Amino acid sequence: MINHMTDRIYLYPVIIRIWHILNALFILALIITGANMYATGSGYEFMNFKISVKIHDVFGILLTANYALFIIANFKTGNIRHYLYKSKGFIQQMIRQFLYYTIGIFKNANHPFPVTVERKFNPLQQFSYVIIMFLIVPFLILTGWAYLFPTILFDKILGMTGIRANDVIHVLSGYLCTLFLFIHLYFCTIGDTFTSNFISMITGWHKVH
Amino acid sequence: MRIKRGWFKYSGIFSLIISFILIVFIAFSQQNATSGKSAKEENAQKLKENRDINDKCLKCHSQSKYKMHNPNTDKDVFKKMPSDRVINIDMFYNSNHRNFKCTDCHSEDFSKFPHAADLLFEEQNKCMDCHGDDPKYKKYNFEGIQKEFDESVHATRLADQATCWMCHNPHYYKTTAGATQDISAIVRYDNQVCLSCHMNKDRFGLLTDKTKPNIIEKHDWLPNQELHFRSFRCVECHTKVNDSLVVSHNILDKTKALKNCKECHTKNSYLITSLYKYQILENRKRYGFFNPVLLNDLYVIGANRNYYFNIASISLLILVVGGISIHTALRFIIKRKND
Repeated sequence: MINHMTDRIYLYPVIIRIWHILNALFILALIITGANMYATGSGYEFMNFKISVKIHDVFGILLTANYALFIIANFKTGNIRHYLYKSKGFIQQMIRQFLYYTIGIFKNANHPFPVTVERKFNPLQQFSYVIIMFLIVPFLILTGWAYLFPTILFDKILGMTGIRANDVIHVLSGYLCTLFLFIHLYFCTIGDTFTSNFISMITGWHKVH
Repeated sequence: MRIKRGWFKYSGIFSLIISFILIVFIAFSQQNATSGKSAKEENAQKLKENRDINDKCLKCHSQSKYKMHNPNTDKDVFKKMPSDRVINIDMFYNSNHRNFKCTDCHSEDFSKFPHAADLLFEEQNKCMDCHGDDPKYKKYNFEGIQKEFDESVHATRLADQATCWMCHNPHYYKTTAGATQDISAIVRYDNQVCLSCHMNKDRFGLLTDKTKPNIIEKHDWLPNQELHFRSFRCVECHTKVNDSLVVSHNILDKTKALKNCKECHTKNSYLITSLYKYQILENRKRYGFFNPVLLNDLYVIGANRNYYFNIASISLLILVVGGISIHTALRFIIKRKND
């Protein structure tokens, strides 16, 4: 949907926005409680261990439900097309986008892949979102659920105990999600104004030129 | 050159000294190996001899019934053997005391059959009769174990009924903690000792008038109960750790048991001083690891944080935040310049 009077395009359907805000809240709660559990006994913990475990469990389950919403909403609204990219020439496109962020942006260069109804994400966004939402988050959710039922885990896998293997994947995925959050939040400030992308994610409308 | 020549001059003497040390070392190791081997052979010989002697007792005492001759009727009759007098032969010959003759601990008078009635009042040996003050058992610190046991809830509540044998059946007991690297085998064996009374209404009832508590319900608070029960011994939470003992024997009152997740799920996990103590010491000897909890077999969430992983992850986070800061600063500087 395009509003020609205001040069705005309707980019984020309600259901995607609801998913996104819930996802942000849940992930934030999980990162905080997860970090607290990881820091137990180090002197840097800021919350009771038992409480952080409970909160982490609850938000982990909520995140799973929300991930199901993400999948349903994406297929239902057709938003899934934004995550699909053609492999041919994609690396070159990512390099162009990377050069824009590292050099072009400081020279007031034009955005190599401006936002349109058909292309919501630039190549770097596409790549990172696919990795995070279709690889890392599923791993995080699966290993998180395995923690809720640890007796189902393998006794031994790749020479280590099942719990350890699960823990390594879970902590690593959680850590990568945390890194993603920092980068994602920062790149959201690269819009028309510092806050325009954040506002778009609330209203659903994105300003185009 | 002079130094080199000097070194060459004395090299013959050095070689002789080194050869002598090597010969002495090899000779001693050979001697130790020989004495070790002969001790093993000696034990096997002793086991064989004692087995033959024990067979006379176990002929009846491994069966649920035994045959005796009734002189009045001049007939053989079968009698039921009380279950507590029946010995499982396989378990006995797999136990710590497998090399013993029955009469090493029981009266020689038992050699006569039918046994004399007054043998029923035979005073039983206590563990400390053999294990106390013996330098051979110094490393097990039996005196320390006795002292801890005397302070335990078992000894204080059950008075005379509380003996080592209550938990360590002298016929079947086999050391696991400190004797194997297999943690799950240690856990299984040691927990079975506790559960033989605490999950058995009859045996529990023999010792106390109290109603046997339901172990599963009492541990409802414990998340992933099955995994905890499978991975750790009851004594991990129900004893006070003592550094001088392989296994702590001061069983605490239930109100004093550990109930705080953080005690184990932390960098300075309590388990390092209890269940994993022996393995850690062994691995330290073997591999020189100072953080052997990183070994894959001993894994407790929260207790196995890897130092290098932490450094790498924090460094990466700093790089990301640093990169973002530099990018932000450049954006502002250039924007201001353009404005």
